Amino acid sequence: MALSKVCGLDESWESYNFEAPAPEVSGMKLNQPRLSLDEFAVGLSMPSVDVNQKVVQALLEDESDVQVEHQKVANPRALFLHGTTTLSFKFQGGVMVAVDSRASSGQQISSQTVNKVIPISKYLLGTMAGGAADCTYWMRVLNRQCRMFELRNRERITVSAASKLLSNMLYGYKGYGISIGSMIAGYDKRGPGLYVIDNDGLRVAGNCFSIGSGSPYAFGVLDTEYRYDLTDKEAYELARRAIYHATMRDPYSGGNVSVYHIKETGWVKIETQDVSDLFYKDRGL
Amino acid sequence: MNPFNYNGGVCVAMKGKNCVAIASDHRLGAGRLTVSTDFPKVFEMGPALFIGLPGLTTDSLTVVNKLKFRVNLYELRENRKIRPHTFKAMVESMLYERRFGPYYVASVIAGLDPETDEPFVTAMDVLGAGEVNEPFAVAGTAEESLLGLCEALWEPDLAPEDLFETLSQVILNAVDFDCLGGAGATIHVIEKDKVTTRTIKTRMD
Repeated sequence: MALSKVCGLDESWESYNFEAPAPEVSGMKLNQPRLSLDEFAVGLSMPSVDVNQKVVQALLEDESDVQVEHQKVANPRALFLHGTTTLSFKFQGGVMVAVDSRASSGQQISSQTVNKVIPISKYLLGTMAGGAADCTYWMRVLNRQCRMFELRNRERITVSAASKLLSNMLYGYKGYGISIGSMIAGYDKRGPGLYVIDNDGLRVAGNCFSIGSGSPYAFGVLDTEYRYDLTDKEAYELARRAIYHATMRDPYSGGNVSVYHIKETGWVKIETQDVSDLFYKDRGL
Repeated sequence: MNPFNYNGGVCVAMKGKNCVAIASDHRLGAGRLTVSTDFPKVFEMGPALFIGLPGLTTDSLTVVNKLKFRVNLYELRENRKIRPHTFKAMVESMLYERRFGPYYVASVIAGLDPETDEPFVTAMDVLGAGEVNEPFAVAGTAEESLLGLCEALWEPDLAPEDLFETLSQVILNAVDFDCLGGAGATIHVIEKDKVTTRTIKTRMD
């Protein structure tokens, strides 16, 4: 099978015993590994639920170690993009997407130059909020799914279908502690598309969204200035200003503002600007 | 929420040659909201004596008022300026009075002895446990970063201008990696018969 060669699997994989008991990995009991090629997440090992829930709970509450059945499990100090400001809106010229670039773990800033917009295809963008690893991994899976769709159907995937793929995949992992808040924005045969997705399985379409700890501040600017008939220039300015003001008020957002515009011809990156430069330029300093 | 992280903010002090410097950032938050970017946390206690009080702001302001009252009373009774050592003891005992319901503030004290002009810096915790033998003192939300930067950048016998430069770099770089601190900083350089106060710009996000 050509695909198995491409994927680097040896010929004997077809005889793999899928019913065999799960292997033991570092004291955690694993459920059946997902090895089927039709499965989207190849080889994601599942911890037993009780261990997992305690680890996830501790992670969210930022405890240092977790006691699981008289055994200490180290808290995996993941890079969380809980502090984030992302926004997206539809307008006359297509869809705008804008994000900040700060990553923090606790109150410590781990990076000011994170890219929170992930290209899924030439016509589709996804924004990242929540767990950094979760977002990058699932966006990559979505990217593969969308490409496979294109090859199989000789047609571009719609924003609606792409967002539903991600939403359905996440719903399959509901309760396992995956943390994602994302906007899927794009342009397809039906015109501009915009959906909000989260790890609970939420999926809603709309014209104007913001996600993250800075979203209340971003919405404050967005809701007062937003109109569908914004010119391209006005839309760039609004997207930038909404993120900028959010980074000023929200301690967990900051770094750079990146602005993207999705048109009928695909997405374009408009600009990346340091918010501190914007601040001092604002005041003429 | 942890009362130390509710308002946010940092203070740092450093010894130089015949001078000391003390600095704080300007941010005042209320949980996940930045309320003000013009709120220094260093307060004047005498011509060459300053105290920085990062922590829960409501307690900082109470502590400052109570301390100023006690310092005034002391100086009237003794008819002389309070010495930094004495002031430290005063802060310590005042904080320990609240052993079972503390003020949520850490303290950083910097000053010159009015008699010997000897530089003095110290930091203490909520209950008034202090350390006097270090050439620098740190407190606040970016405590660890501040301590690391002090260790890396401080050197003995810094002249006032060099001390200002060093302390600026310390607070600026610590605060740039702290979500709850920043938004500018104020630095006081205390010399004999002279205090120079400067404001520096930092990132505002």
